[in-house]
Amino acid sequence: MRHILSILVENEPGVLSRVAGLFSGRGFNIESLNVGPTLEKGVSRMTICTRGDDLIVEQIIKQVRKLVTVIKVVDLTHMQSVDREMVLIKVNAEESHRAEILRIADIFRCKVVDVSAQDLTLEITGDQGKIRPIISLLQRFGVKEFARTGPMAMKRSMQLEED
Amino acid sequence: MELTGAKILLECLGREGVDTVFGFPGGAVIDIYDQIPNYPMQHVLVRHEQGAVHAADGYARASGKVGVCLVTSGPGATNTVTGIATAYMDSIPLVIFTGQVPTSLIGNDAFQEADIVGITRPCTKHNYLVKDVRDLAMVVKQAFYLARTGRPGPVLVDLPKDVVQAKTEFEYPDSIKMRSYNPNYQPNHKQLQKVGELLSFSRRPVIYAGGGVISSEASEELTGLARHLNIPVTTTLMGLGAFPGDDPLWLGMLGMHGTYAANMAIGNCDLLLSVGARFDDRVTGKISSFASKAKIVHIDIDPTSIQKNVVVDVPIVSDCRLALKGLRSVLGRETTDWQAKHADWRREVDGWMASHPLTYEKCDGPIKPQAVVEMLYEITKGEAIISTEVGQNQMWAAQFFKYTKPRTLLTSGGLGTMGYGFPAAIGAQFAFPDRLVIDIAGDGSIQMNIQEMATAVSYELPVKIVILNNGYLGMVRQWQDLFYDKNYCSTCLHRNPDFVALALAYGAEGYRITRQEDLEPVLRKALASKSPAIIDVQVAQEENVYPMVPAGAALTDMLLV
Repeated sequence: MRHILSILVENEPGVLSRVAGLFSGRGFNIESLNVGPTLEKGVSRMTICTRGDDLIVEQIIKQVRKLVTVIKVVDLTHMQSVDREMVLIKVNAEESHRAEILRIADIFRCKVVDVSAQDLTLEITGDQGKIRPIISLLQRFGVKEFARTGPMAMKRSMQLEED
Repeated sequence: MELTGAKILLECLGREGVDTVFGFPGGAVIDIYDQIPNYPMQHVLVRHEQGAVHAADGYARASGKVGVCLVTSGPGATNTVTGIATAYMDSIPLVIFTGQVPTSLIGNDAFQEADIVGITRPCTKHNYLVKDVRDLAMVVKQAFYLARTGRPGPVLVDLPKDVVQAKTEFEYPDSIKMRSYNPNYQPNHKQLQKVGELLSFSRRPVIYAGGGVISSEASEELTGLARHLNIPVTTTLMGLGAFPGDDPLWLGMLGMHGTYAANMAIGNCDLLLSVGARFDDRVTGKISSFASKAKIVHIDIDPTSIQKNVVVDVPIVSDCRLALKGLRSVLGRETTDWQAKHADWRREVDGWMASHPLTYEKCDGPIKPQAVVEMLYEITKGEAIISTEVGQNQMWAAQFFKYTKPRTLLTSGGLGTMGYGFPAAIGAQFAFPDRLVIDIAGDGSIQMNIQEMATAVSYELPVKIVILNNGYLGMVRQWQDLFYDKNYCSTCLHRNPDFVALALAYGAEGYRITRQEDLEPVLRKALASKSPAIIDVQVAQEENVYPMVPAGAALTDMLLV
């Protein structure tokens, strides 16, 4: 099962390598990882997507927590959370396909961030439910370049009971 | 007054109560060495940096204090890695100071530069590169704090040459604030009550103790609890000495080379009380059959140890000593007659002890290695600190010497580092100059750090090395014998040095024992000597360590003598 971990770390040199090295050294897989500073000086937030059964993820969380530079680890998987990922995708856009690509972009509320005679670059932001279909729709035009951030996530303020 | 980084470092060591530093100088740390004569601590010059770390480690294990070493940059630093990994696997508190090239040269492939902070990230509890002399005192304070608190471990501090030379006002911080590091010491009361309930239902409980009992100084509590409840006790290799090896409740060590009784008790118990042990694969054998009929209670200060290898019914994250104390007070309100309650189980366990005691074939031929260890126990009456190398010598030292007190066996349990025992013995001898320290060695292992004989001789340490010399890398040969059709590839050491001559060359004493009748008198003579000595005992070449649980088999599937 896929888990999203939100990790607060001391922002000091080597902290990324401590966390990433822990994953590789213990044979855990990182699906995606993104890092950025928080508003608090000296503290960064990492969002890591990983896969594993409950026991493995429990072990991952404990091991990450044990690192001296890690302040807090939260597994957002069993909580209500918002997650967003950004993708930049440069697709082939010959004259005949251009209109269709723009229509798709419009439906998914993506932005066109660059244009040339041969291609269009779109910026897509959303959760996995949105990003996966649009990528698959755009792939048939031919993708020239592709970059994605991996999700970043946050717990929702209201944790409503699900039926 | 402003002090240089070198002076600040040595001031800090003084504040931390460090009296002995094991090390080896070099260009990057020469400023620190320049100041050492002005400070009260003793610097022990080893002959290889690996020896420095193992010696600091042996010092720490024997004394319970933090072991300290100081080495130079580059090769000096990389030579420490095996020793650091050894200490990390066995949770030994060390602080390792490595020199580093000046900050302006870091990353330039400068002379004797290595990214030691990067290299040791996976085998230290934490590590630091000090970039500013103003951070130095705080970093040293944190390093000692991290090394000795929570689950202990090695912490490395990398010191660039310009930082050591720079000056700043010295002020040693009184306290430490680390919001990201808060080990939990107190056990959860409800969990302890659950253990009490489980105990009242169980008929066949076993205590399985590990090195955590020793590092949390919980031996007394463990022994008291076991006797109060009349529960048999087994320990891991690292736990030997945590429970008296001559107590009637003592089952012996468990695991791959554990006793028949310990392994059978684990296979048949209905409650396993694990204290400060981490369910290592050498202990559990096939994990699905390990204590498969039992409810498992796991006490450990490190939450990552819990549920790592086995599913646990009652997890207790806390200091072992406080948990055992807490458990005792929870049980204080019980009126159960524990002696009677566990009498049947004790009879069954004693039956296993009697039917398959630790033994070996005794015959008139060459000296049996087990007999050498037994003789050492007899002569010393158990009053010695034993260190071991790794392999058959280590297992025989674990099986045939009775450890009655904690911190009397120093051995590389987790990493299995050949070459550990001798420098560790040197470290222990510095901690206890008046005690007898013996390294039980193999002819293979001893050659991995034999250069430290020069250290032992120059400091006039009466450390003894007893080599169980069988001319083989014995443990690997045993595996080849049992599981690889006796294909003794690369395990025969057919051109060993003359160990007696080697000892003499270093200025130590050398003894050779080849006949059974010489064993006792020569050992007695050698152990009584005030000088370091090698006692080269020629033992039966193809003797194997039994019992043995083949890798991956269930503990109850033992090969017996």
